[in-house]
Amino acid sequence: MNRITKLFAEATEPILNVYATAGYPNFGDTMTVLNALQAGGVDIIEIGMPYSDPVADGETIQQSNQVSLDQGMTVAHLFEQLKDMRQTVSVPVLLMGYINPVLQYGVEAFCQKCAEVGVDGLILPDLPMAEYESEYQAIFEQYGLYNIFLITPQTTDARIAQIDAISKGFIYMVSSASTTGAKTGISSDQETYFKRIEGMNLKNPRLIGFGISDRASFLKASESAAGAIIGSAFVKLLGQAKDLHNEIVGFVQSIKGKK
Amino acid sequence: MNHSFQVDERGYYGDFGGAFIPEMLYPNVEELRSRYLDIIADPSFQEEFHALLKDYVGRPTPLFKAERLSAKYNTHIYLKREDLCHTGAHKVNNTIGQILVAKRLGKNKIVAETGAGQHGVATATVCALMGMECIVYMGAIDIERQAPNVARMRMLGATVVAAQSGSKTLKDATNEAMRHWINNPVDTHYIIGSVVGPHPYPDMVARFQSVISEEMRSQLQEKEGRDYPDYVIACVGGGSNAAGAFYHFLDEPRTQLIAAEAAGQGVSTGHSAATTFLGKPGVLHGSKSLLMQTEDGQVIEPYSISAGLDYPGIGPMHAHLFKSGRAKFYDITDEEALEAALECSMLEGIIPALESAHALAVFGKLNAKPNEVVVVNLSGRGDKDLSTYQQRLKLND
Ligand SMILES: Cc1ncc(COP(=O)(O)O)c(C=O)c1O
Repeated sequence: MNRITKLFAEATEPILNVYATAGYPNFGDTMTVLNALQAGGVDIIEIGMPYSDPVADGETIQQSNQVSLDQGMTVAHLFEQLKDMRQTVSVPVLLMGYINPVLQYGVEAFCQKCAEVGVDGLILPDLPMAEYESEYQAIFEQYGLYNIFLITPQTTDARIAQIDAISKGFIYMVSSASTTGAKTGISSDQETYFKRIEGMNLKNPRLIGFGISDRASFLKASESAAGAIIGSAFVKLLGQAKDLHNEIVGFVQSIKGKK
Repeated sequence: MNHSFQVDERGYYGDFGGAFIPEMLYPNVEELRSRYLDIIADPSFQEEFHALLKDYVGRPTPLFKAERLSAKYNTHIYLKREDLCHTGAHKVNNTIGQILVAKRLGKNKIVAETGAGQHGVATATVCALMGMECIVYMGAIDIERQAPNVARMRMLGATVVAAQSGSKTLKDATNEAMRHWINNPVDTHYIIGSVVGPHPYPDMVARFQSVISEEMRSQLQEKEGRDYPDYVIACVGGGSNAAGAFYHFLDEPRTQLIAAEAAGQGVSTGHSAATTFLGKPGVLHGSKSLLMQTEDGQVIEPYSISAGLDYPGIGPMHAHLFKSGRAKFYDITDEEALEAALECSMLEGIIPALESAHALAVFGKLNAKPNEVVVVNLSGRGDKDLSTYQQRLKLND
C-alpha cells in the first residue's frame, strides 16, 4: 500500500505535512533536513525541487529556490541525495516542483527514479488535470506515484468533483487565492470555504496549505481537514537556523504540540 | 495532424501550446477561454474595436513602397508602418482588443508585464482611455535601462512595480504579473503582451494583431494587383507582430513567411536570444513551446541589444511554424540590426525600433528576385532606442 494511503487510514491526530526546498540552506543539507523532520514527528515530507520560474510561489520559497539553484542543485543531484533516504525516513515523501525540469529529465525516467528512491507522490502545480489524464497518469500509476491536485476557493464544485474522482492520497486545499507565503492566519471567509468543502463529502481526505505557519493556524485548519501543510514559515526557519537539526525538531514538535 | 496553422480545440499548434497553469489561475483562464471567441465575434465588440483602431490608433497603417531600399536590393520592398500606430508600435492593437474583452468580462483592474516598456505603455494608454486601474510589472534592471518608458507609464497613471526576482528582466516581470493575478483573481484581467502564455492567449493576441496582414492584403491588391506578397518578414520576440503579419498568409502557399530572431552577439557566443536555434521543447509561462534552458530544465536568461526581443521563448504558434518548416527563421546579430537600422534611416527617412531592425536586416540574406514582392513589418519606431543608437552608431562625433 502506498505510504500516503496508509497514513491517512491510520492517523489519529491532525496530519502535518512540511515543505522543504531541496539543497537548502546548503547544497548538502537535504538529508539532514529530512531526518530532522522525521525525528521531530512530521507526518509527510514535501521536498521542493527548485525551479528558476516558480510562478505559484511567493518570495520566501522563490528565494530558497534561487539559492539552491545557485549552489548547483539539479533533479539528478537530488535523486543522488535521496538514494538511501528509505534507510532512515519512513514517513511518506512527496516531490513538489514545476513540470519543465521533469520534462527535461524525461517523465518516465523521472518516475522510475522516484520509485527507486522511495518517493510516494508528486505535486506539480503547473501540470493541469487534462494534460495529466491524457499524457501522464498511466506512467505515474505504473510507478505507484500519486499525483496530488490543488483546489482553491475559486475552484467550482463541478471541477472539485472531477479532481476528487481522479485524485489518490489526498487533495491539496489552497487556503486562499494567493501564492505561497503571501498571507498568514485564517479569516472567517476562509473558514466558510473550509466548511463548504468539508460538506461536499469528497472521497479523498484534504490537507490545507498556504498561510499555515504555527500551531494555532495548524489546529484551526485541521478542524475542517485531515491536517495541514507548512511551507514558507519552515523555509524561513531553514534560512536562519544556526543549529539545523535541533531547530527543525523543535519546530515540528511545537506545531504537533509535543513540547 | 491536420494542415491548419491555427490553434486546435485543446489550445495546441501541433505539439506546442496548451495551458500549463496552476489551479489558482484556472478559473480566470478558463473564463477567458470559454468566452473570448463569442466576445470577439460580437458585432458590438467588432464595432468598438475597429472604431478605436481607426480613430485612436490611426489605422489602417500605410503600406509604403520603399523605393531606395528596393533599388539597393533589386526587388520590390514594402514597409508595413506599424511604427505609425499610436504609442509607436504594434503592441497597442492587442491592448485595445484585450481591454475591450476585460470590460465585457466585468473586470475593472488590469495587470501587465513589460520588457522594453512598449507593451507597458500600450497597456497604460488603454487603461487611461477606459478609466481602469493599471499595474505594470517591469524587471528592476529594465526599469533602469528604459527610464523614458517608465515615465510615460507613470504619466498615463499606471503603477510600475519593479520585479526583483530571478534575473530582474522580462521573464521575471511575467512571473510577477502572473503571481499578481493569482493574488487578485476576481476583479483583474491580465493583458499579456505577446502570443505567449496559456491558451487562449496566443490565439487571442494573434487575432487582435491579425489586422496587420488583413490590411496588407487589400493594400497589396491596390498597389500590386495581387493580394499576397512573395515574402513577409517580421521580427520575433514572443512573436505577436510576426503572428499578425503572417496571419492571413498562413495558408497562402505562394507567400514565404520569414522570422527574424535576435542572435545577440551570435548564436554560439552564449549571449543570444535566438530561441529556435538554441531552444528545446519546454514549458514556460503556461505553454509548451521552444525554450532556452539548461539540461536540468532551468530557464536561461537570453541576451539581445533589443529589450523587446530579449525573451527565452517564442509563442507556440511560431514553434509550430518553425518545426513544420512553414516559416523560415534567420538569426540576426546586434551588429546586423544596427546596420539595418542605419540603412533604413538613411535611405527611407524612417528610424525603426531596434526590434524591427532585425527584420530589416534580412534583406541582404533573402536573395529575392527583381519581380518579387517583399513586405517587412516595421513593428515600431526607434525613438525609444535613440540612446543605444547614439552610443553604438557613434552619432555624437
Ligand atoms: C517595436 C517592437 N517590435 C517587436 C517587439 C517584440 O514583440 P513581438 O515579438 O511580440 O512582436 C517589441 C516588444 O517590445 C517591440 O516593442
